[in-house]
Amino acid sequence: MNVLHGRPGAEAIAEKGWLAAHKWLLLRRASQLGILLLFLVGPWFSLWIVKGNLNYSYTLGVLPLTDPYLLLQMLVAGQTPEKLAWIGVAIMIVFWLLAGGRSYCSWVCPVNLLTDLASWLRARIGLKGSAHIARATRYWILAMTLIVAALTGTIAWEMINPVSMLHRGLLFGMGLAWAVLLAVFLFDLFVMRQGWCGHLCPVGAFYSLIGKFSLVRIKLPARAACNDCMDCFAVCPEQQVIRPALKAVGGAPPLILEANCTNCGRCIDVCSKNVFRFGTRIGAATGVGAVTPLSK
Amino acid sequence: MDSENTPKTNAASGSRTSSNTARRQFFADAARLACGVSLLGLGLGLYARHATALPPVALRPPGALPESEFSAACIRCGMCVRDCPFNMLMLARVGEPLAVGTPYFIARQAPCEMCEDIPCIKACPTNALDHALTDITKSKMGLAVLVDQETCLNFLGLRCDICYRVCPVLDKAITLEPQSNVRTGRHTLFIPVVHSEHCTGCGLCEKACPTEIAAIKVLPLEMAKGQLSAHYRLGWIEKEKAGGSLVAPDVQHHYNLPEGLRYESGKGLSTLPPAESAPVVPEAPSGMPAGLPKALQGNKL
Repeated sequence: MNVLHGRPGAEAIAEKGWLAAHKWLLLRRASQLGILLLFLVGPWFSLWIVKGNLNYSYTLGVLPLTDPYLLLQMLVAGQTPEKLAWIGVAIMIVFWLLAGGRSYCSWVCPVNLLTDLASWLRARIGLKGSAHIARATRYWILAMTLIVAALTGTIAWEMINPVSMLHRGLLFGMGLAWAVLLAVFLFDLFVMRQGWCGHLCPVGAFYSLIGKFSLVRIKLPARAACNDCMDCFAVCPEQQVIRPALKAVGGAPPLILEANCTNCGRCIDVCSKNVFRFGTRIGAATGVGAVTPLSK
Repeated sequence: MDSENTPKTNAASGSRTSSNTARRQFFADAARLACGVSLLGLGLGLYARHATALPPVALRPPGALPESEFSAACIRCGMCVRDCPFNMLMLARVGEPLAVGTPYFIARQAPCEMCEDIPCIKACPTNALDHALTDITKSKMGLAVLVDQETCLNFLGLRCDICYRVCPVLDKAITLEPQSNVRTGRHTLFIPVVHSEHCTGCGLCEKACPTEIAAIKVLPLEMAKGQLSAHYRLGWIEKEKAGGSLVAPDVQHHYNLPEGLRYESGKGLSTLPPAESAPVVPEAPSGMPAGLPKALQGNKL
């Protein structure tokens, strides 16, 4: 990240060209903004492709989609949904089991645009310090939201959830939600690197739980070619997920199996040696790499 | 980079003291985390409890569960808002005194138009809006209350009647009850009376009320409706049920009236024909109905 090495991805740009070195980033932004736009053309132009919001939506009068974390909170709070919401949650769980749990975070969630901006800005202006807190905190918060839902009999987390606040705000009116989102942005920028998405957000934590079993993963078919430039590490929002797969820690297969990987694909972009690519967890044990496969 | 990594590396060294330190560190970290998250949870819980009370101006869409259940059943998706053909529903924004993201309407701004097919309930993916409600006239969004008799035009003696005429449950939810206008002494007041049995709380009356601030307002049911104690019995209904007086024999009441006056049940006071009234009735002060002693003014007995 210093001037001598250039910014992360500089080598990849030189090697592959700018477009190829930003392929997944661009696709991801297109996905995030595209999904937002699908929702927005309803209230903006009365073009009702999708109704509702990320909590529950109904597309073209046929496709219900329900957020599983929200439904879980509702069940814990003692209420049951109607048929469409059940169907919607089944579709969502199956989809994220295939597409990778935390793909939600990097490909759908609107708050990611905000926290990515904070991360980018933090790197650009060279802010070094960061408060420390365990990345597992999000699971504690996840558990806490469920306990509070059970104790109060309300979907309590929805009172302050910045994810639905931003999405709902854009569609139905912000109110003071901007203040909460500004707080998240400033927290990520000045207080803690990747603070919200990487340490605190229980929505992401819930999708991590799905991600533990999900099919689509980042593969490292050419991990032997790694030249330790650390660019992938510099851009990764969940840095701890790379090392086991890249360095074959404990004989790990060349596959990122860590549940917290958001499948953002930025590591693929910035690697000049083409170490990474999208793949599935199938055939993990037989993956080729620098180190011999699992010996257990 | 992360604090959870330190215990592992320390423990790997194998020395007893360092593993003790590591263990201590681990428990300290865990305790810190648990305390921090618990505090956050406490705050969240208190905030959530606080916001389950609905402010009196905000009404829920038709079929909404009681407030305590509603905040658990509503997933804040806004489908009811989208499917309302009159666009009168809103989702509570951050900073408004309702659970964030839940639907409501304000009767004075835009009341419920009571669609027969109730599209908002159909759109609801949960049971926050009770899917068992299929007849909109059975909905209970609130209860209209004529809160200010001092400004209600009908109470002032005018024939405004607007609330009565806009009511979608016409002549059932609001009726006009004639009452004598004591001020003029010769006119009738048509008093709007709301009947909770039929009122859906749609808010059309509040919206239509022509006074600067509505004299009739829709309030949440639990705020507007009283309830008799369970042991109360209404004598006249018990009498009807029993087919006769429960206190036998039903004694004939003797009215102790001034001379020249007669009281008949259902008719009230009247003067006896001159032939019957030999003594002269004292002259009533001007401005009062003739023949009524002051003590009986405005008193129906």
